[in-house]
Amino acid sequence: MSEASLLAFLVGLLAATLRVATPLLYATIGEVYSERSGVLNLGIEGVMFLGAFVGFAAAAQAEAAGWGAYLWVGLVAAMISGLLMALLMALLSVTLGLNQHVAGLGITLLCTGLAMFGFRLVFGERPVLPRISPFSQLNPFPGTPILDPLLNQYLLTYLAFLVLVPASVWVLYHSNFGLQLRAVGENPEAADAAGINVFRTRYAALAIGGVLMALGGAFLSLAQLGAFSPGIVAGRGWVCIALVIFARWDPLRAMFGALLFGGMFALQLRLQTQGFQLPYEVLLALPYLVTILALAVAGRYAPYPGAYLKPYRRE
Amino acid sequence: MTLKIERRAPPVWMRVILPILAVIITFALTSALVLMVGASPLEAYYHFLVEPLSSRVSAVEVLVKATPLLLTGAAVAVAFSGGFWNIGAEGQFLAGAVAATAIGLNMHSLPPAVAVPLTLIGGVAAGMAWVATPALMKTRLGIDEVVTTLLLNSVALLAVSALLNGPWRDPISQWPQSPDIAAAAILPKLIPRSRLHLGFLLAILVVAALGFVLSRTAFGVRLRAAGMEPDAARFAGIQVGRVMLTTALLSGGIAGLAGAIEVAGIHYHLIEAISGGHGYTGIVIATLSGLNPWAVVPAALFIGLIDTGSQTVSRALGVPVYLGEVIQATLLLVTLAVLLLQHYRIRWERRAA
Repeated sequence: MSEASLLAFLVGLLAATLRVATPLLYATIGEVYSERSGVLNLGIEGVMFLGAFVGFAAAAQAEAAGWGAYLWVGLVAAMISGLLMALLMALLSVTLGLNQHVAGLGITLLCTGLAMFGFRLVFGERPVLPRISPFSQLNPFPGTPILDPLLNQYLLTYLAFLVLVPASVWVLYHSNFGLQLRAVGENPEAADAAGINVFRTRYAALAIGGVLMALGGAFLSLAQLGAFSPGIVAGRGWVCIALVIFARWDPLRAMFGALLFGGMFALQLRLQTQGFQLPYEVLLALPYLVTILALAVAGRYAPYPGAYLKPYRRE
Repeated sequence: MTLKIERRAPPVWMRVILPILAVIITFALTSALVLMVGASPLEAYYHFLVEPLSSRVSAVEVLVKATPLLLTGAAVAVAFSGGFWNIGAEGQFLAGAVAATAIGLNMHSLPPAVAVPLTLIGGVAAGMAWVATPALMKTRLGIDEVVTTLLLNSVALLAVSALLNGPWRDPISQWPQSPDIAAAAILPKLIPRSRLHLGFLLAILVVAALGFVLSRTAFGVRLRAAGMEPDAARFAGIQVGRVMLTTALLSGGIAGLAGAIEVAGIHYHLIEAISGGHGYTGIVIATLSGLNPWAVVPAALFIGLIDTGSQTVSRALGVPVYLGEVIQATLLLVTLAVLLLQHYRIRWERRAA
């Protein structure tokens, strides 16, 4: 490979990495909010799937009705679906104090079933997948040499990296709400004694989380693909569960982790199209294996939130 | 007003009434979806619950569908009873299916009396191997097993995909699937010309053995003690780590057996959708059964009925077949909530000033 084509390959890879990392970043930061408040939300995989479906279905209906802003209708609809599922998770895990793994998996199963049911109901059984015209990519500095493909990204990608990450760092570490959120996740008894409403704070954390997870899913159907298919999320939610641990529950580290894991996926796609002989599944499995290895090496010191998995009951 | 929750011992009649209550609530909730399709909920639930049992063919199909679920349900129930939160039955199932295929493909020169047990034992061993890493990480390093078992599900699915797109790709088939295993490794049919095979009896035997071990042996007592009150169990001289490791291996082995039985009893080759979520459905069944192996049998049969019924109702009324999945998920969440009533009495009480 010549130097110029190597450079083009790397810039292309980096550009693809940003795109692939975007849904991971939304959902991972969503999970960070949930877990930092003390609730493991295994509904993530299903909520991403439901967000992808609801976003797509609403956008397709609005597009058919001739609305100009149909994609935004889809985004808002997806966010509402994520919010509702988060509230259900909060009802089960915070109010009723049920087992979080089982409740979360139940939410994932419910969302998956609902989305597939809705998909059949709205679109019927078609030989060809229905499509919409998706979000287009935009470039704030058109004509930049070399970096042009890199800057050509979706608005949602720009928002994820330039707004969501810094905003989440500020919210979690510098705002009053973030302090309360971390307090109820570390030591709910002490937080309660200090006058913080543990239940309300956890509801809010799960709600923010659910909206972000659904946004991550909607990015796939409304930006990346312009379609919805049963395999659209394909375990990305579980990757995010791994990422949260890998990122040690920190939004900034989550960004680097999403880029690293996104990079592996992007590389896998490139190598596949270039006819590389390594089975692509090996690269796809790396994020999971890396996380398990990281846990095995340093898991004892993983800074799990103090009240992780523990429901709170007022005595 | 405030919600006040008090703990109490579960009365026996509740163990029977509560699951029935959960089913009724679930059907009431999900009837909204049936109405959306424009069908009558009562008619839909007739097709769900009664029609599959009215013909011999579909009644046998319920048993076929229940076979892997009996095992994954038992696998999850034993793990949860022992305090090992195994979310990875799906991955262990796949590992068992892979091992059974690997062995079954090489059994051409052996008699069935050797080939069948070898294939199934291979599945058990692979399921145990797949859970061993998270189990050792839990017992030796104290690392949360929920995430590790969960992530290994995705790894197992990718491994199956790599095998089917690579070395095991059947050149004749259009789809990614392995060649068929040797005839000697195939489980014999219980009823000729049906899909019901020896695996169903094996599954019942495994569940019964598990029920006996958990309720009648010293190991069962230790397992449940380690699960309920690990600190108290340790104080009583129980080696909690070792008991938990055994529990995890038992659970993984049963899930692996389910995968092997699905290959050797139904498909005769490996496909990517060989499980299609049986491991996760095991969690639904274990919850439904209240982690009691004996109750796994009715729970698995009921979910098998829902699985069969969702196809009947789809054919009869045009309700999407995915209604079955929604019902199972709703039933899981409702059961989880309703079981609270077993241990707690909830009272509304005026907030103290």
